Amino acid sequence: MTHFLKDLSRSRAGLFGFVLLVVIVALALLAPLLELPDPTRGDLRARLAGPTWEGLFSPGAHPLGTDEVGRDILSRLIHGSRMTLMVASTAVVLGGIVGTVLGILAGYKGGFIDRLLMRLVDIQLAIPLMLLALLVVAALGPSIRNVVLVLALTSWIRYARIIRAQVLSLREREFVQSARAIGASTARIMFLHILPNVLTPALVVGTLELARVIIMDAALSFLGLGVQPPTPSWGRMLADGRVYLSSAWWTVTFPGLAIVLTVLSVNLFGDWLRDYFDPKTRSAK
Amino acid sequence: MTGFILRRLGESLLAIWGVVTIVFFVTRILGDPAALLLPIGASDADIQALRGQLGLDQPMLVQYGQFLLNAVQGDFGVSFQHGRDAMQVVLERLPATAQLALTAIAMGLVIGTVAGSIAALKRGRAIELVVMAVALLGQATPVFWLGIMLILFFAVNLGWLPTGGYGTLAHLVLPAFTLAVFVSASIARLLRSSMLEILKEDYIRTAKAKGLLRHTVFFWHVARNALIPVVTMTAILTGELLGGSVVTETVFSWPGIGRLIIQAIEAKDFPVIQAGITLIAAIFVLINFLVDLLYGVLDPRIRANR
Repeated sequence: MTHFLKDLSRSRAGLFGFVLLVVIVALALLAPLLELPDPTRGDLRARLAGPTWEGLFSPGAHPLGTDEVGRDILSRLIHGSRMTLMVASTAVVLGGIVGTVLGILAGYKGGFIDRLLMRLVDIQLAIPLMLLALLVVAALGPSIRNVVLVLALTSWIRYARIIRAQVLSLREREFVQSARAIGASTARIMFLHILPNVLTPALVVGTLELARVIIMDAALSFLGLGVQPPTPSWGRMLADGRVYLSSAWWTVTFPGLAIVLTVLSVNLFGDWLRDYFDPKTRSAK
Repeated sequence: MTGFILRRLGESLLAIWGVVTIVFFVTRILGDPAALLLPIGASDADIQALRGQLGLDQPMLVQYGQFLLNAVQGDFGVSFQHGRDAMQVVLERLPATAQLALTAIAMGLVIGTVAGSIAALKRGRAIELVVMAVALLGQATPVFWLGIMLILFFAVNLGWLPTGGYGTLAHLVLPAFTLAVFVSASIARLLRSSMLEILKEDYIRTAKAKGLLRHTVFFWHVARNALIPVVTMTAILTGELLGGSVVTETVFSWPGIGRLIIQAIEAKDFPVIQAGITLIAAIFVLINFLVDLLYGVLDPRIRANR
């Protein structure tokens, strides 16, 4: 852990991403304690009010302005981050579990299971992820659960491919050979000997997938197929604000910035994490 | 080599068949087309009659078999919305999508290659930091937001370009640039890391040691080898963009395949959804097939290993 932090503090980009991510997650977790205005209740007298820093700490302040029904944008952004982070991380973990298990199975067992899995990956890769997601959400109906399922569906492939490649080389290593020699069962080898060795690459893939999934989640709600109103979501805020683009730039600018900052922080941290765990690039530094 | 081509061809066809199958069954979950086609309040008898006419009263497997048989001949039925052959409707949108995709790829390739090469050659200088920071931002920015921001600046505030639509070159600038930002960011990052790898190789040291000119080393030894992963990435991105950039086309009201399919999903226009996704998948699979062949040409080591 100390080594981890020491190495992190030496990488400016990684540290920046990590700190930014911690701040974003903390804001999301602490949102109910921050005494923000109700993100779902509008104030029609304050429709489309511009951002102002005057009286910042007084109760009626809207530092980032209000939307078309007078809801506070800052509060909606912070409450929206809860939903985005929850949906995206659940989807990435779910996709990660499925992808890792299938990747180990295909890599270790080889043969028919491996060929079947690889053809399945080919098929899914041939459909643009966004269209696949739209089609499935349209078929199942737009609910939080279905959005999570669809995002997980677009995510498992990347884990499966990378884990499979890892397992192909792991299974020739001595510790696996000797486990096999003393008669360990296939399941035991796969889950007690191989699994711990692929958790690190799975974690790295997961971090980078998180960034992609956050953008995709926002795109789905931008197209009206994500989390349904009145629950605030970043993509939805963008779509609603687009109508007032010429008169109220803040309605679209801030939700977009929130997405960029979140994705950037995850990417920076993820890139650093990949280099940290990759002995090849670490020694090169 | 022939064996390899045949095997890849078989895999490609298998993938397309898989896509067609998935799309067939998922669209069935979307709802009953007969109930959707008739006006609200149509009698059950009317619905049943139409179901019979469309073949929807047959067992699912029979319908699937019939569907496959027609699909092989490019016949996906008649669009519910347009009342014309579904594949025809999709193909009419292909030029708009291709125009946008190819312009974006060309722009992104030029910007990305130049930026990536600069970043690799000027390692440790301020310019590398700037290029990589911009590339990171480009990758973190969702295309739909970038599109809206560009509309805000160049169309709404400055009034230089149209906010959306299709027709003239001016309409193409903003959507193409929006997509090009993402493409060039991805290519710049990939090219930089691939060049840094190659600069460490022994053959580069050899080339320098035997006194070759710097630009000879760069173009003949570094660039040529570093571009191999870029070719794959470009092909994959081309395949994706030719599939219609759903979100960008929506933001800019661009009449391409992506927007057509999302409208078809909203309207539950099954024949168009099925024809559109099948066509996209076929293009994607074909491009990947060609890339695999190109690989052998570019890298003799890969050719030898087969």
